[in-house]
Amino acid sequence: MLGERRIDPAYHAAMLERLGLNRPLWEQYGLYLGQIARADFGKSIVTNVPVIEEFFARFPATIELSLSAMLFAVVLGIPIGIFAALRRGRIGDHMTIGAAMIGQSMPIFWWGQLLIMLVSINLGWTPVSGRISAAFSVPSETGFLLIDTLLSGKKGAFGSALSHLILPTIVLGTIPLAIIARMTRSAVIEVLSEDYIRTAKAKGLRPLRIVGVHALRNALIPVVTIVGLQTGTLLAGAVLTETIFSWPGIGKWIVGSLDKRDYPVIQGGVLVIATVVMCVNLLVDLIYGWINPRIRRAR
Amino acid sequence: MTTTTSIDKDQETKNEPLAMAPLPPWREFWRYFRQNKGALIGLIYIVALVFVAIFADFVALFSPDEQFRDALLKPPSWLEGSDPRFLLGTDPAGRDILSRLIHGARVSLLIGTIVVTLSLTVGVILGLLAGSMRGTVDFLIMRLMDVILSVPSLLLALVIVAILDKSLVNAMIAIAITYIPNYARLARSSVLAELSKDYVTASRVSGAGYLRLMFKTVLPNCMGPLIVLASLIFSGAILDAAALGFLGLGAQAPTAEWGTMLADTLQYIRRAPWVVTTPGVMILITVLAFNLMGDGLRDALDPKLKRS
Repeated sequence: MLGERRIDPAYHAAMLERLGLNRPLWEQYGLYLGQIARADFGKSIVTNVPVIEEFFARFPATIELSLSAMLFAVVLGIPIGIFAALRRGRIGDHMTIGAAMIGQSMPIFWWGQLLIMLVSINLGWTPVSGRISAAFSVPSETGFLLIDTLLSGKKGAFGSALSHLILPTIVLGTIPLAIIARMTRSAVIEVLSEDYIRTAKAKGLRPLRIVGVHALRNALIPVVTIVGLQTGTLLAGAVLTETIFSWPGIGKWIVGSLDKRDYPVIQGGVLVIATVVMCVNLLVDLIYGWINPRIRRAR
Repeated sequence: MTTTTSIDKDQETKNEPLAMAPLPPWREFWRYFRQNKGALIGLIYIVALVFVAIFADFVALFSPDEQFRDALLKPPSWLEGSDPRFLLGTDPAGRDILSRLIHGARVSLLIGTIVVTLSLTVGVILGLLAGSMRGTVDFLIMRLMDVILSVPSLLLALVIVAILDKSLVNAMIAIAITYIPNYARLARSSVLAELSKDYVTASRVSGAGYLRLMFKTVLPNCMGPLIVLASLIFSGAILDAAALGFLGLGAQAPTAEWGTMLADTLQYIRRAPWVVTTPGVMILITVLAFNLMGDGLRDALDPKLKRS
């Protein structure tokens, strides 16, 4: 490494002893597993703060960004998908599908830079990076800035936090938006060819009611699964989005630790994220059974 | 699925014995693939890109590393102040962007090919093993795959690169590892579906060994979905490698890789936006082309969709 100098052998030995690096590998691994079983992920080599503490200090920022991106993707994606399905084969459908294909292929690290250049720098509409303007110091109650700023009652703080959130939300939400729109479209098209839709039409129900009540309820079942499966994509995307926008979350933290070779942080951070992803997937499976009685009864 | 297919075929032969002679598989595939305009455009683009990448040394006017000290940050030819030698302008080191993009195509296609080959080989072998052995082997392999899948792919690739040290080769290995479970799961489920069929039993009865049974009898019948997956993973690999390059963990600085080119020139985005836009456009179009082709392949190769 650059500027590396010899260190005092006694200090070196003490360091190895303190970090447990002088023990056999299998013993180190066993100890590490034992620690994890007690939810102890060790301390950061750089800051000497417990990994789990550092994680939970940054986790709310990532959740806030991910939830906001998911909300953006769902709120836009489902109506767009329905629109495309109802215009199947027409120009509106083709344009939507084309846009969704482009969105799905988007290199989001580039997309983010492009939006910063256009919206933040040229138009000056949104801030370039960070979570909130430096002018505000908001006491951390929940870790979610949108809530904290409201609780603090400071004028303009909420607006500042919100304006910082807009671009990262769009960037992180682009790929899920495209996937949800395509998925909704094909699900609605499939459902519209079912017998009960023909029955509903024959009964003389209004088209809005047929789509909104009869078709949508069944079409949304696969969409819910896709939304759940996007959690992993979102957390991976958060690594890039947070790096671009200097968003102080888990992604930026892990990338920063890679440069410093802060192994406890990398290991612990990835393990906790994997746990989160698995919990969300389990939750999706349960919700899936709840909204789709056919699966429940199959057991 | 099997029974319906055979019944359909019986009816076809009964009603129109000669006129409906089944097309050879390749012709049938092409008939369906051709109907998908997007897939066709994607295929044409990919063929052109492969051509450009192979003959990069002849197509590109300059070497990707040649620096023109008198022409730093020249804009593309349609903007004011451009230099006629450089169609897409030059980067901060005075290198021709077009030549770098052309050589970058070589890197990106190489990344896609190696990642797909690595993950396909390992994944298919693991999947075949799991599907045919069942029991403990199946359990161990598939749980290992679940472990890999539980970490978001880009994050896992990041960590593997961090352990192995930053380089393009390590980035490719890391990305390949993250895609192994996709192949393993697909291969396993295909094998499970095929193993109970009569032709496999017939082959086994006539004395085919395990390897022959797996690779010559079963595998060719699972190729359709695997090819579709390969096309989609090709695009994913290009995107992931560019992302790693962007984070400084993939191809290292002088290499003309699209993601690395983008990251290296970010600080010039205000003065010379073209240095950042062009590599991004190339990544986007290339990934899009592979996704479009993948969709077309799925429509043409997936027997379930064929009938609807």
